[in-house]
Amino acid sequence: MNSDFVMLNLPPLVVGVLTAVCCALPGNFLVLRRQALVGDAVSHVVLPGIVLAFVITGSVAAGPMLLGAGLAAVGSLVLIEIIRRVGRIEPGAAMGVVFTAMFAGGILLLEQTNTGHVHLDVEHALYGSLESIVWFDGEGWHSLFDSAALAQLPPQVPRLALTLLAVCVFIAVFWKELFIGTFDPGFAATVGARPGLVGLALAVVVAVVAVMAFDAVGAIIVVAMFICPAGAARLMTDRLFPQLLWSVAFAVISAVVGYCLAAFAPSWFGFSHALSAAGMIATVAGVVFAAACLFGPRRRRAGQVA
Amino acid sequence: MLDSVKPLRVVGAGQTPPAGERAAHDVDSPLAITGLTVSYGGKPALLSVDFTVPAGAMVAIVGPNGAGKSTLIKAALGIVPRIAGEVRVFGAPVERAMARIAYVPQRASIDWDFPATVIDVVSMGFYRRLGLLRLAGNRYRQKALDCLERVGMAAFAARQIGQLSGGQQQRVFIARALAQDADLYILDEPFAGVDAVTERAIVAVLKDLQARGKTIICVHHDLGTVQDYFDHVLLLNVRRIASGPVAETFTPAKLQETYGGRLVAVQGAGA
Amino acid sequence: MADGWWPFRAQVRETVMDALFDQKLMAALFFSAGYNTTLVTIGAALLGASAGAVGAFMMLRKRSLVSDAISHATLPGLALAFIVMALATGDGRFMPGLMLGAALSAWLGLLALEWVTRRTRLTEDVAIGAVLSVFFGLGVTLLTVIQVMDTGRRAGIGGFLLGSTAGMLRSEAELIAVAAALCGVAVYVLRRPFTLVSFDPAYAATQGISVRMTDLALLALALIVTVIGLKVAGLVLIVALTILPPVIARFWTNRPGRLPLIAAAVGAFSAYAGAVISSLGPGLPTGALIVLVSFAVFVVSLVFSPLRGLLAGQMEMLALRARVHERQGLLAMARDEPVYDRMTLRVLRRAGFIRADGVPTPAGHAAAKAAQREETLWSLYRRLFPDEAAAGGYHGLTPINDALPSDIVRDLEARVAVH
Repeated sequence: MNSDFVMLNLPPLVVGVLTAVCCALPGNFLVLRRQALVGDAVSHVVLPGIVLAFVITGSVAAGPMLLGAGLAAVGSLVLIEIIRRVGRIEPGAAMGVVFTAMFAGGILLLEQTNTGHVHLDVEHALYGSLESIVWFDGEGWHSLFDSAALAQLPPQVPRLALTLLAVCVFIAVFWKELFIGTFDPGFAATVGARPGLVGLALAVVVAVVAVMAFDAVGAIIVVAMFICPAGAARLMTDRLFPQLLWSVAFAVISAVVGYCLAAFAPSWFGFSHALSAAGMIATVAGVVFAAACLFGPRRRRAGQVA
Repeated sequence: MLDSVKPLRVVGAGQTPPAGERAAHDVDSPLAITGLTVSYGGKPALLSVDFTVPAGAMVAIVGPNGAGKSTLIKAALGIVPRIAGEVRVFGAPVERAMARIAYVPQRASIDWDFPATVIDVVSMGFYRRLGLLRLAGNRYRQKALDCLERVGMAAFAARQIGQLSGGQQQRVFIARALAQDADLYILDEPFAGVDAVTERAIVAVLKDLQARGKTIICVHHDLGTVQDYFDHVLLLNVRRIASGPVAETFTPAKLQETYGGRLVAVQGAGA
Repeated sequence: MADGWWPFRAQVRETVMDALFDQKLMAALFFSAGYNTTLVTIGAALLGASAGAVGAFMMLRKRSLVSDAISHATLPGLALAFIVMALATGDGRFMPGLMLGAALSAWLGLLALEWVTRRTRLTEDVAIGAVLSVFFGLGVTLLTVIQVMDTGRRAGIGGFLLGSTAGMLRSEAELIAVAAALCGVAVYVLRRPFTLVSFDPAYAATQGISVRMTDLALLALALIVTVIGLKVAGLVLIVALTILPPVIARFWTNRPGRLPLIAAAVGAFSAYAGAVISSLGPGLPTGALIVLVSFAVFVVSLVFSPLRGLLAGQMEMLALRARVHERQGLLAMARDEPVYDRMTLRVLRRAGFIRADGVPTPAGHAAAKAAQREETLWSLYRRLFPDEAAAGGYHGLTPINDALPSDIVRDLEARVAVH
């Protein structure tokens, strides 16, 4: 049991937690900027990016895939901004136009290229396959102290750990700029806090996180984790830094509880198959979100009636 | 190339000469706008506006809705792009003089349900002095409290901003501008939606700033109080209709020209 | 690297070219490709029209992306309906049953959305994102339950995710066509309250229209369009049918009455064209093609629309900029002031008003005088007729002879001469 856990369950659990936190942190700023659906749009355009990278390089290696996805994500954000400004279209509609068109392009490309020997699966892209992340050298808890075994960790673990570090550094370094630029962009521009530039940087961070997380867990967790923990945290406190801490806590709870329910709950009812871990993590995040909506101490705006 | 043209300068055509050729009064002016033009979807929101603010003045920008009052401020500060014209602040291009300006946006343009306290907002005024990676320490906290004291809000320092009344929120914004310790204060509708007590308090703070030699520019909508609060006025309706000392400029004829037929109602309500 | 790319391009071109010169295209375009294909294309066109019209009102209410929450929230209902029907009858693929399940869970999603925005401080975008991701996650979890129950029959649900009209049953196509047509009728009947509430909810309320009920009716129609469109366009892309056509329509009209009509036409055209192309062969998914057709229309509109297109807007801006610089430069010349602004100098040189060395030409002197006259006359007009000047929105860039009757201009000129 113990050795099994470290080999089969610990890696997806760690990846799930890392992903959740990576998404939840920038999610706080998306929620405050009324850009919550940017995470949704970005995670949809990752698919066409991956397909395009596959078509161009003909391989399914992680490098080109991530690069393609990243470029598509950033490209979509640029496109949304252009359409919003040029056409004077409300941001929600502009996002809808861009991400559906790019997703449709990806699907068409995929259908046209699925030649049989390499199979890119759309459903896999949406649901992810957290369960398939296995640490073959993880033969027990002692492997955590075995450098040879650690070198064989699934590549998603170090990749996501680095992403998380980058996210934390970004937020720490640009804390004041994010704070001022999110609260009052006009004022921020006059004091030299570069709200436009910081907004763009935030969008790039969101795109990078979405791509890295997508690679590990599929699109749904990404969207759920950008929005639910941060949204729930918004209902717990009236200060920004505590809100970030709350969102991290909610993200970790969702990932751990969700993964455990998906992996172990079916066996309690006598089923042998596990459920989708990604789906379950998103569901638990929703339960946490709903609980915060019901009981969060700061769930109402000042003056908002019950 | 320009040698054959006589370097004579009269304000009014959107042409600002290089620093060496400028008259002395221009260099001193806290805000000199020439030929400022802003386009919104191919239509002019502002057209060839020339406007020079005398040092130490308290100026009201007045005009009907859609006259471009806020746009003028935003274009002058570089928040909105301009298609023609130039803006100089204390003789320098505005981009290089931003540190001497404190800007107070319209209160209604902000999401006051933001997770921040009163002192957080006031501390934003120290941004330029802090630079990257430094957070406001104790010394700045004391300074922020002093600024709040000047607008009578020191007791609310730890309050969440969403819990304040409209007037209190506006005072917090004024305190943030005070924290910037600027030479030119530009305020967008500082008296919109505030109670009478707050209005008097803000006027007192602004008069105090003026007494210390600062220059103040307000977008203002209440024609009835222009003469009480301000000494200079800019009448704006896409173009500059008139500008100058209130006594000479704030006349019924000029107002009629600014507002058209709509003035009748405004005058009835204001004066 | 390139060798993977170019053969692919060639392959696509072949497929598309084949398709274009194939009789099948002609047959499908003119409804002679067999009853089922024809039914599907007609059904798709009706669906596109209804979705476009509903989407137009959703856009006017600034709630375009609510459709996205609706479509994602259908998944748990689909999966649960499948499970229930599979347990009861052994086959979960009965489409009306699946649609009912989808509609019910989407309705729950809408209630959740409404509840979060009304009862908490969170904004609608957060509520939409939370509902769509959580419902979708729950749906995915339930799909794995289906997998656990019986691995063989999941195909019945797969078609809903990305949409597929290939192999659609005749009864299914008929159901879609009829439901879409009914939706269209409902939008037509309710167009007045929808329009009033979209433009001015407060005024609509004074006219005895319940804003809340109207909004609910609109959401219900959006929900029905979404559910019947699932099988055609797929869960992820159906939202495009309600977003793209109204956005496109916005480029071609400023009149509120026209917007839903144009959106419906664009929606019908894209859905029809997409369905036709998709029927030509394998590897041409219906939903993706519908979306790509409307996106192509969107791009054309974005660039070429005379109302708010990229070209028109850019050209108007450039024209205004040139006129402003020319006027400012000419006024400076008229007052014998130097011109420093580089763009002003460029504009004046290009118009032949100054020489390359900056000295005014005879034409420049004449133009400067004319500009001075315009400026004087306009400012006099503003002074004498402030009401008319303000009402007419004349800022002095329009030539005064074009804007005002000649007798007024003559009068103004006479007054200037006296001064």
